Amino acid sequence: MSLNLGPGKLFRTASAWLCIGMTEAAFAQAGAAPGSASIFSPASTPADSIYHLSLFVLAICGAIFLAVFSLLVYSVVKFRRRAGDDGREPPQIYGSNQMELAWTVIPVLIVVVLFLASARVIHAVEDARFPAGTTEVTVVGHQFWWEFQYPQQGFIAANELHVPVSDPQHPTPTHLTLLSADTDHSFWVPRLAGKTDLIPNRTNNMWIDPHETGVYVGQCAQYCGTQHAKMLLRVIVQSRADFERWVVEQRQPAQPPGDSVAKGRQVFETTACVNCHTVAGTNANGKFGPDLTHLMSRETIAAGAALNNRENLRQWVQDPDSFKPGALMPAMQLDEHDLDAVTDYLVTLK
Amino acid sequence: MWDAEPISKPLAVPPVRDAVQPLFDRVHGWITTVDHKRLGILYIVYALFFLVIGGIEASIMRLQLIRPHNDFVSPQVFNRMFTMHGTTMIFFVAMPVMFGFINYAIPLMIGARDMAFPRLNAWGFWMTAFGGIILYFSFLGGSGLYGAGSTPDVGWFAYAPLTSPSFSVGHSTDYWIIGLLISGFGSIATAINILTTIFCLRCPGMTLGKMPLFAWMNMVTAGLVVLALGPLTAAQLMLLIDRYLGGHFFDTQAGGSAIIWMHFFWVFGHPEVYVLVMPAFAFVSEIIPVFSRKAIFGYPIMVGATISIGFISMSVWAHHMFTVGMTSYGNAFFVASTMAIAVPTGIKIFNWLGTMWGGKLIFKTPMLFCVAFLFQFLIAGLTGVMLSVAPFNWQLGGSYFVVAHFHYVIVGGILFALFGAFYYWFPKMSGRMYNEKLGKLHFWVFLIGFHLTFDFMHIPGILGMPRRIYTYEPGRGWDTWNLIITIGVLFQAVGILIFVYNLVSSYFKGKLAGDDPWDAWTLEWSTSSPPPDYNFATIPVVRSRRPLWDLKHPEDPDWKYE
Repeated sequence: MSLNLGPGKLFRTASAWLCIGMTEAAFAQAGAAPGSASIFSPASTPADSIYHLSLFVLAICGAIFLAVFSLLVYSVVKFRRRAGDDGREPPQIYGSNQMELAWTVIPVLIVVVLFLASARVIHAVEDARFPAGTTEVTVVGHQFWWEFQYPQQGFIAANELHVPVSDPQHPTPTHLTLLSADTDHSFWVPRLAGKTDLIPNRTNNMWIDPHETGVYVGQCAQYCGTQHAKMLLRVIVQSRADFERWVVEQRQPAQPPGDSVAKGRQVFETTACVNCHTVAGTNANGKFGPDLTHLMSRETIAAGAALNNRENLRQWVQDPDSFKPGALMPAMQLDEHDLDAVTDYLVTLK
Repeated sequence: MWDAEPISKPLAVPPVRDAVQPLFDRVHGWITTVDHKRLGILYIVYALFFLVIGGIEASIMRLQLIRPHNDFVSPQVFNRMFTMHGTTMIFFVAMPVMFGFINYAIPLMIGARDMAFPRLNAWGFWMTAFGGIILYFSFLGGSGLYGAGSTPDVGWFAYAPLTSPSFSVGHSTDYWIIGLLISGFGSIATAINILTTIFCLRCPGMTLGKMPLFAWMNMVTAGLVVLALGPLTAAQLMLLIDRYLGGHFFDTQAGGSAIIWMHFFWVFGHPEVYVLVMPAFAFVSEIIPVFSRKAIFGYPIMVGATISIGFISMSVWAHHMFTVGMTSYGNAFFVASTMAIAVPTGIKIFNWLGTMWGGKLIFKTPMLFCVAFLFQFLIAGLTGVMLSVAPFNWQLGGSYFVVAHFHYVIVGGILFALFGAFYYWFPKMSGRMYNEKLGKLHFWVFLIGFHLTFDFMHIPGILGMPRRIYTYEPGRGWDTWNLIITIGVLFQAVGILIFVYNLVSSYFKGKLAGDDPWDAWTLEWSTSSPPPDYNFATIPVVRSRRPLWDLKHPEDPDWKYE
């Protein structure tokens, strides 16, 4: 065997460029779309280590592809039967043990390398240890929305997960305990981490340590029923100070509303609303739907299906199916007057 | 000493079937047949029918996803469409069509007069047929046509506890369970039949080492069906017990386990992939040598690779479950076993290339499909390696990337090889040649459609688009890709129309094919086209893997080298 590494190296370089090209295409797309969630623009350690592993895997697969594809193209071009063929059969070759050995041993070596590279990242992500000061959040999947319990701080939020930013030098990660109230779900915010399923009667774990503030989008990635498509996720990464301020606000019970919305509050508390929703500090303490104590602190309603404003809230209470057909919230059958009143009340829940 | 006599001449019996019979008698004949060739064709026609149905379901989904916030269908209908599309394509298209070709070709290739158990064979087909009918009756049954009946909407792998009575009210899930349960019994029966046929009915001289690779690969297929369908059947019975007898196997609200359903399903589901791909390998292993004019390269290694794929495929199932929170050791094990299966699969690709190397390639339609198979299966294998890397899978699993990957396997790999098989054996089955021009047109149109749809489907997955969503927001960067994907479907549909038209018109008006249109080497080409009921007048005797080569080249027979 001569040590002719030239073509091999060339292949690898070329394939690496090919992969980077593909990645760039994905990036370009990511740049164009503000709501992008490309797995190739990681912003947190688990997503980042997956990203680096994926580049390595893509480079190897790209090299294999180029090698085998070239052989295929060469065979198709070189060995096609020409016009004016003499009609004789080509020499019959039944096999070659040397060739078989070569194309067995080389793939085995590649597989060993890929396995070791994977095992390293599996260990780093799954068996990570957490520093003191890790934020704990318990995520409960529901058909078709997300419940976020903050056990250390003692309050519950929904659909928009607020976490503090983490400095890579002094990481302050967020550890998520994943539970489900009904069917299987999966927590997937591609720029922060790979997905982990939320499975009823089972406790799963994952963690994120976002390096930059901002909003990261994602959604449920395991089919969970009719409205699986609109079980969207927003992770809002805040500076430590902003996060602490948000926590203080969330821990407050609902501000006693003024007289102007007393009627709305009365409608809310005397209809079926209270069976499913909680407003801390009132007699509404249902658990099936999202906690509404600080409803207006969220940017969206219906797990991201609509922007959170007065008009949408009113329509949501009147006819949830208009945003999210199949959502488990029933149409409340209120008359126009009560509907306006209850909407007025809801928008005071800041 | 080998003489140059034909291997088996037709008997001089009066051709009964040629006499025109009344329609009723002909239909009755097809329904009551136990002839492996007729049952094979029944399987194939049945599967083609459901291919069109499954394709329509896919088209409905693609029309819905052509742009964000589309309201072509409701979420309920969309969820039913993907459930029925997946279930139909796997259980009522891919498996029956493979059983059809195996049924048709195996006895002919091993020099037998029929399958080992002809009546069981008929029973197997009719069980499969009834299973499909029951599944599709769900469109009418249950609560009736109102709201599209009670068509299953739990996804083709029907994860618990979505199938429990609390979340799946009514009978939709029951149709899914019963339909698959019944067809599953048929499949197990057919698999046992195939195994017995291959083990017991090979003609004199055909040792296991001299069988065509087609028989080897489908022996492993049948073995996998026997091993893999049992767990699915058991799980479905457990689910029925949960739903109707108060069991708690998968009832998470009463302490049952959702994970155990996943294990049961995928311990069936992954070998199932190889149940479908092995026959595709088998087609390619027959077609590539004939159209390269060379013996298969590395026959013993191919056999070894086939058997090792069979074994390893039983130990990789949990790579479908990398996101369910297994321990790091569990994940690492399934990474290793999944990657290991790439080695024998790679060996096969290299051996097919080795067969083409130095040959004289003839690009008739079957060969075109096989070359495209090699190209696409290579890519499908490589995206499979990417998905086997558990951390990469945490991102890609459950996204459109995975949808693109397994369609690359099933359409780009299996379906392309299957089209090759259709064109290759059509002359034998019908006695007539297909139209070569239309065959090539089908190839190119379908190839374009396939690549438009499934190449571009990888990208929204990378950009965070999960599978099984009936709609999506604009501004996620998914719009353009979804538009292109849907456009590709149009090309594929046109390709299928050309294909079906070609088959039907050639059946009635094609040129007579003759016994051996491809100058091929296995025993089915030694008998007439279509073969008589008894296949061979006298049971052939063979001395090598390519008996017709020996016959055509007495100066240089294979048996000298094997």
